[in-house]
Formats: sequence, structure tokens, C-alpha cells
Amino acid sequence: MINMYEVSETNKMIESENLDVRTITLGISLLDCIDSDLNELNRKIYEKITTTAKDLVSVGQDIEKEFGIPIVNKRISVTPIALVGGAACKTPEDFVEIAKTLDRAAEVVGVNFIGGYSALVSKAMTKSDENLIRSIPQALSVTERICSSVNVGSTKTGINMDAVRLSGEIVKATAEATKEKDSLGCAKLVIFCNAPDDNPFMAGAFLGVTEADAVINVGVSGPGVVKKALEKVRGKGFEELCETIKKTAFKVTRVGQLVAGEASERLGVPFGIVDLSLAPTPDVGDSVAEILEEIGLERVGAPGTTAALALLNDQVKKGGVMASSYVGGLSGAFIPVSEDQGMIDAVHAGSLTLEKLEAMTCVCSVGLDMIAIPGKTSASTISGIIADEMAIGMVNQKTTAVRLIPVIGKDVGDTAQFGGLLGYAPIMPVNEFGCDTFINRKGRIPAPIHSFKN
Amino acid sequence: MKKCIVTVLGKDTVGIVAKVCTYLAENRINILDISQTIIQGYFNMMVIADVTELDKDFTVICDEMVKLGEEIGVRIHCQREEIFEKMHRL
Repeated sequence: MINMYEVSETNKMIESENLDVRTITLGISLLDCIDSDLNELNRKIYEKITTTAKDLVSVGQDIEKEFGIPIVNKRISVTPIALVGGAACKTPEDFVEIAKTLDRAAEVVGVNFIGGYSALVSKAMTKSDENLIRSIPQALSVTERICSSVNVGSTKTGINMDAVRLSGEIVKATAEATKEKDSLGCAKLVIFCNAPDDNPFMAGAFLGVTEADAVINVGVSGPGVVKKALEKVRGKGFEELCETIKKTAFKVTRVGQLVAGEASERLGVPFGIVDLSLAPTPDVGDSVAEILEEIGLERVGAPGTTAALALLNDQVKKGGVMASSYVGGLSGAFIPVSEDQGMIDAVHAGSLTLEKLEAMTCVCSVGLDMIAIPGKTSASTISGIIADEMAIGMVNQKTTAVRLIPVIGKDVGDTAQFGGLLGYAPIMPVNEFGCDTFINRKGRIPAPIHSFKN
Repeated sequence: MKKCIVTVLGKDTVGIVAKVCTYLAENRINILDISQTIIQGYFNMMVIADVTELDKDFTVICDEMVKLGEEIGVRIHCQREEIFEKMHRL
């Protein structure tokens, strides 16, 4: 039988170390809503979401109460809208109408974000894909809950550089369209390479076409728990360090698995995956950066950071995989800047640069995440940064992503405020040498060779 | 059998066990195991109980236990056993 020590360990994790389930994300396929009439399409989408997800929030709240574990977010991901809207939408403005419908449906069922305003264009774009991508700035400025993503490359197809060029322009236009809120729209726009079909985390969540009609995916968290556990092995060798991370990741993931199973049963929706990510928040004691510092770095960004992060990421997966029957999504340590107090402090201290963050993304999920850059940064430079990050994903057969916020009207030395879980971020300097000639080339970067690994 | 774990934490005072157990009995919750210590004047109790016969919704019990804790001046949590079982047992 469970003993007092075990009960108090679990409750301490929840109460003082920020253990929570970060999100229950209900994936809803909208493929059966497709219609050539836009009004009819919008009606079907609204109906399907509000019917399928009507109990999502209340079920989540019941589970929270019964198990005593906070479930921070209840969210929805849908089929990439470029596919769903292709038959009905002839212009970018038509797609914005779908965005408004999604936003209304999300509000009615009580979720704070709905992901899937997306296009998958890793090789090339259809007219529909391009219209959706061009509609993103307006869609994100007239809605509150929509999250958007574009997959512009993959290991199998290479990188669609036309989409990369367009994405740079779209990020910039989204920043302009939401400049009154420190370009907040860009915090809801992710550019991917190798985007997974079952990611429960925003802003990059969408439900891929390989998925069921509805599915429950759960994202766990727990950087604070790992940090506290590591405090007990200060000065010990790597073996003990790694074992401690694995054991802690196992415990954290088991909670995610339990919640996923309960939510699946109560909603009558199949369980998909648990995403093993360490997802930080701006709260003190809920930071991936603090874990890296606990491992032995004076500040994140110092030499050794990439190795420490590689170790952390791998041990989290090793511990988590055994704790869950199905693992998927992004699964790894997130290193967003604005959502992690330790990262913010490291930027302020001059320890963490954009270039070091890029190196870190080679060994963890997911990419250059929630990084505020000067508003004057050109679209082609943003495309260049995106291309670099996509290349890392393509060559290393991993998911990478870029969520940059060029904060209009602000420059290095200023701070952007996004609020809530999105946090705040100091504006980071960007290399100002140009890459226009490279970005302006048409076509795509071919898929990499899968042999001669060096 | 459906089990729950009730934990009580707070400054020691007269009648904590009595009040918690009375509430459990009134709601047809059978106590299976009970352990209690006082650490530096702080009352610490854990009850493992059977909630199979419950005639209320379990979420209502959770809320009422929290309220009872506020009345006594201690913190009471009532959680389904599975969260501990899953985390600490293979």
C-alpha cells in the first residue's frame, strides 16, 4: 500500500515544485467538414468543434480536482486549415473567415488556444496553401485564440525555400499587424521543419491527416521537479545525475499518462500520445535554464550548455518512454526565452545569444522559441534565421521550429511584454549582415543524403 | 475497490481526527489505513479510504473536505489513489 512518504513526495512536487500537466489537447479532424461553400464549411466546422469538445474543459477540471493535479491548459488542435479550406477559400480573406469561426468555437467551449491554422508545404505550395499563409497576419490580428504554423521543410523532402522566403515576410507582416500588443501575433506563429502530426503544445499544434477523427494528446511538464531532484545530487558523478533525471522524468510522465487515460475514457475519445516535454513557465522554480545551471553552469549560454542540454534531453526521454504506453509530439526540453525566467536572466546577463540558442536547438526540442528581436529586422534576415533552423532539423532528422517576434518599434535594450504564460522578453541582437541574395533564390534545398553520416 | 487518499496538514489542535473521521463516516467512506504524526507541533495525517460506496460525486467530496479543513484550520486534500500508485509503483 502507498505510504505517507510517497504521498507527501507527490504532493510536494505539485505544491512547491510546480508539477502540473501542461495541456490536454483534443485533436479534432475537420476533414469531414470540407465543403465548396464557405458558409456551409464554417457552419460544419463550428458544429463539429463545439460538439466534440463540449465536455473538454469540465472533464479536465474534474480530473484536476479528483487527482489534485493542476491541468494548466485545455486546448484543441485541428486538421491543417489549408487542407480543409482549399475547396471553399479562393482568397486569403476567405481563410480569415475560417479563423474567425475557429476563434468563436474555441471561446464557446472555453479553451484558450486552438491550433491548426496551418499549411504543410515542405516541398511546394498549392494555391490554397499560399492563400492561407498570406492570410496569417490578418487572421492572427483579428482573433484571440488562433495558433498558426507552417511546415516548410522535412528530412525527406528538403526545404521549400519559396515558403521560407514567404514565411519571413509573413512573420514581419504579423508583427506589424499586432504592433499595439508588442507584436503578440508572432507568439502564435511557428515555422516548422519535420512538424509532428500529434503535437499537443501550442503554438505549433495541429492534427495531422494520419490521425483519427478525434484524439487526446497530453503534454506533461515539471522542470521545477527535476531541478529540486538535482539539488540532492550536487557534486556527484554523471551516472547519478542521469539516473536522477530519468527517475524524475518517469514519475512526471506517469502522471501525464494517468491523466491522458482518464480524459480519454471520460470523453470517449481515443488516447493518442503523451508528449514528454519539459515545458517551462515564467514562474520562478519552473525553468529549464535553472536545471542547466543546477547541472553546473554559472549561467545558461556558458560553454558546456549544449552538452548539458543534450544530456538533460536524452535522460528525460529515457525516463519518460517507459512511463507511457505511447510517446509522441515534440518530446524533449523546451528552451523558449520569454517563457523561462532563467533564460530571460541569462539574456540580461549577456550570457545567452541567438547563436548559442541555435546551437542548443541541435540537441533538444524544439527550436528558436519565443525570442524577441528588433522590429527593424528585415524579412530576409528573418527568412535566413528560419532557413538555418530548418537546415538543422532537416539534416539531424528532428523537429525544429522558429517562433521569432520582431517587436515593432522596439530595439535591443527594450523589453517586450506578452503576458500570461507567454511571459516577457528582452530584445536580443541579430547579426545585421544581409542574406538577401541567398533568400531571393527560387526553389528548394534538396533533401539531404542519408548515408555517409559525418 | 475505489480508493482515495486524504491528507491533513496543519497546526495541531483538539478534534482533528474526530472531525475528519466523522465526515468520512457520514459519507459512507470506509477507512482502510490511517497514520498520523506530530512533527514540531504540526499535525500530519494520511488516511487511505474506500470510496466505492459513495453516494455523492467524488468532486463534491473533494470540495467539502477542503471546506472542512478551512473550518478546522488545517489543510485537507482528498485525492484518488491512482496518482500515487502510478507515480510510485511499476
